[in-house]
Amino acid sequence: MFLYYFDLALRSLRSARGLTALMVLTIAMGIGASMTTLTTFRALSGDPLPGRSANVMRVELDAREKATFVPGGEPDDQLTRFDAEALLRDKRALRQAVMVGGGVSVEPAAGTPGALKPFTSSIRYTTADFFPMFGVPFRYGQGWSAADDADKADVVVLSKELNERVFGGANSVGRTLRFDNADYRVIGVLDAWQPVPYFFDLNVGRYRKTEGLFMPLSVAIDRNLSQNGSVSCWGDGPTPNIRALDAPCSWLQYWVELRSPADKQPYLDYLTQYSAQQHAAGRFQREPNPRLRPVMEWLAVQQVVPSDVRLQLWLAFGFLAVCLVNTVGLLLAKCLRRAPEIGVRRALGASKREIFAQFLVEAGTIGLAGGALGLAFAWGGVWVVHSGTGSGAQWVQMDGAALVTTFVLAIGATLLAGLLPAWRACEVSPASQLKA
Amino acid sequence: MMQLRPILSTLSRHKTAALLIVLEIALTCAIVCNAVFLIVNRIERLHLPSGLADDELVYLSISSIGRDPEGPANTLIDLAALRAIPGVRSAAIVNEIPYGRQSDNTGLNVAAGQKAPTFDVSLYRVDVGGIDTLGLHLVAGRDFKPDEVMDGREFDHSSDPRIPSVIIARDVADEVFPGRDPVGQVIYLFNDHPTRVIGVVERLIRPQPGNADRKDLRSIILPIRQTFNGGVYMLRTDPQRRDAVLQAAQKALDRKDGRRVAQEQGRFSDLRQDFYRSDVAMVWLLAGVCVALLVVTAFGIVGLASFWVQQRTKMIGTRRALGATRGQILRYFQTENLLLTSAGIAIGMLGAFAINQWLMTQYELPRLPALYLPLGALALWSLGQIAVLAPARRAAALPPAHAMRGLA
Repeated sequence: MFLYYFDLALRSLRSARGLTALMVLTIAMGIGASMTTLTTFRALSGDPLPGRSANVMRVELDAREKATFVPGGEPDDQLTRFDAEALLRDKRALRQAVMVGGGVSVEPAAGTPGALKPFTSSIRYTTADFFPMFGVPFRYGQGWSAADDADKADVVVLSKELNERVFGGANSVGRTLRFDNADYRVIGVLDAWQPVPYFFDLNVGRYRKTEGLFMPLSVAIDRNLSQNGSVSCWGDGPTPNIRALDAPCSWLQYWVELRSPADKQPYLDYLTQYSAQQHAAGRFQREPNPRLRPVMEWLAVQQVVPSDVRLQLWLAFGFLAVCLVNTVGLLLAKCLRRAPEIGVRRALGASKREIFAQFLVEAGTIGLAGGALGLAFAWGGVWVVHSGTGSGAQWVQMDGAALVTTFVLAIGATLLAGLLPAWRACEVSPASQLKA
Repeated sequence: MMQLRPILSTLSRHKTAALLIVLEIALTCAIVCNAVFLIVNRIERLHLPSGLADDELVYLSISSIGRDPEGPANTLIDLAALRAIPGVRSAAIVNEIPYGRQSDNTGLNVAAGQKAPTFDVSLYRVDVGGIDTLGLHLVAGRDFKPDEVMDGREFDHSSDPRIPSVIIARDVADEVFPGRDPVGQVIYLFNDHPTRVIGVVERLIRPQPGNADRKDLRSIILPIRQTFNGGVYMLRTDPQRRDAVLQAAQKALDRKDGRRVAQEQGRFSDLRQDFYRSDVAMVWLLAGVCVALLVVTAFGIVGLASFWVQQRTKMIGTRRALGATRGQILRYFQTENLLLTSAGIAIGMLGAFAINQWLMTQYELPRLPALYLPLGALALWSLGQIAVLAPARRAAALPPAHAMRGLA
């Protein structure tokens, strides 16, 4: 029966080529626009830590001065060095790491394949748990240990890209890398690893490439290596050394991994308790106001997806809505024009249900064609976004899920648009049509 | 007008189709009004002048490997080398430039011991003559004097800095000292030491301007000589010599022992263009969607009107046979379209203001100006009339005999 309806649909669509083309084109434009923006949105709002993001959480404490307190306000999203070190010492989570981004000048040694002019590289100063906590894959070697953090070991981990640039991609574990006037021993080289968004430090670029180097934070503080990102200080007058242990400045990102989401409340209780202690000791002027947010919630609160991308998504779906209303109107006009034909079919024994099914199949066929053309439009649209300069554009790509979504959306939308005309068609009374 | 009643009675028998067309026009109206508003907003943003001589500037930044203990001295050597390049009219070092990544901000106070700052300002640090190099227009007061200028490092490491003088942007002056001569007034920046306003520049945009509102123009200039690490060299030259100057400048800065790394460089106007690239893309995208929406709606009107003409062949024939002129038939369909479009516009305008209300909560957007109402209405009325013209003319051209033939 379906095939028969499909055949009928094709005949009917062929008989009104102009109208059919108009409907298919309208649907295709709506679908193309929606899918382009949806694919962009999905790429930029994806899960950067698939499988573990529910257990990995960002810690925030309210260490600021009382004067600027707003009831119900959010705490600073970064920690002071004092608090970060205190939490790190307590080790109340399965894993915990403190971190900040920076920049250094790398001097490739003579004789290495990358013996070239000095260049600047981004770097992350962090602590041992960074790698196991975020599930960072290693190509060679491994990360450093908590003992290395404590001993301020001169060790460094290279990204895959930087290892290719300096060592030609060879196993460089054990070799020396010189940057900012000091030598460091390479103990690990990462495999391809690119979190999108760059969730753990949104201040160094929300959709940036993975940083080139990783080294212990304790060494960076000791050597006074330069740092990037945001620093927020309070208290009276300027703070000459923001990295001093007692400086009233927040500049460190703190992340923990818990065993399960169920451990969130106990850990939050611990943070509240810690804040209360600091408040009692006079360090925190405000009442305890900590936050503990799993990765996806953190990204949502930070509104990581650019507002233009969200706006485009709304715009495209608004456009699709107009296209659908337009299709409903055209389908309705077309089906009412065929009232005599429906009358004949009804008189020959077709049930209302069969007429309804026939018209829905016709609508679905338009959807199929619109989806196919829309896919081509979406492909072009995604390519334009991908080759553009928008934030995170390089990660926007068409994938299997987007392909399936396109057709589901196209056919689903046209079936929805076909409901009203199909219902009107099956309500046609055979007698009135045959009389004429 | 006398035609209104038959039109309404006909429409009441095609409620669904009529409602659909009204809905489509309403949606289009609501979306297009907001999209056009967004476009105008973005274009305003794109055209916000920086206050600098955009087309006469190139910028270069370098950093040393590790800290350079001779930073301040090397900066002066660099500047002398840059000034010696043929075609360079003047050179300066600043801590931040418009459309760059660096941005140094602090709260501006008008009284000592003020609890919450009046507002945030961006801090540009320049040496004597820097204002002239950047192409800023001094509209009142004077430039800094050498004895007012402080070393950047000294400033950064001072826990209680005293800054004797400041030059402010006119927009800051207008907000802080309305109706008063700003020159000679006093502001407070990092502490309770007064800083005297000695000059006013016509305009100076913040490093990362946002919505082209007054916040983007809140900048002040401090007499601080930045060191090359964490600073940007700005060179003023003739527009056509920018590339040559840039090349020579790169060489001039590379002269040292290779223990310095070039960071970013280019024409200042290109930096500006890059900064606004996504806004330009958004403008084109919004414009594209507007055109697509209007085209789709127009085709929807054509499709439905054609169908109605076909369906009403008998009626048209009867009316023509009873003496109606072609013009009357034509006007019949045109009036019908006008009614439908008007209903769509009425609903659409409500929708437009509702969407605008929502956008205002989500994005920093002003209210939709009332002017959009008549303009949007006019645009959609014309669109409807143009779209219906062809089907209506076909209806008017129907010969009465042919139209009547169907009547049994």
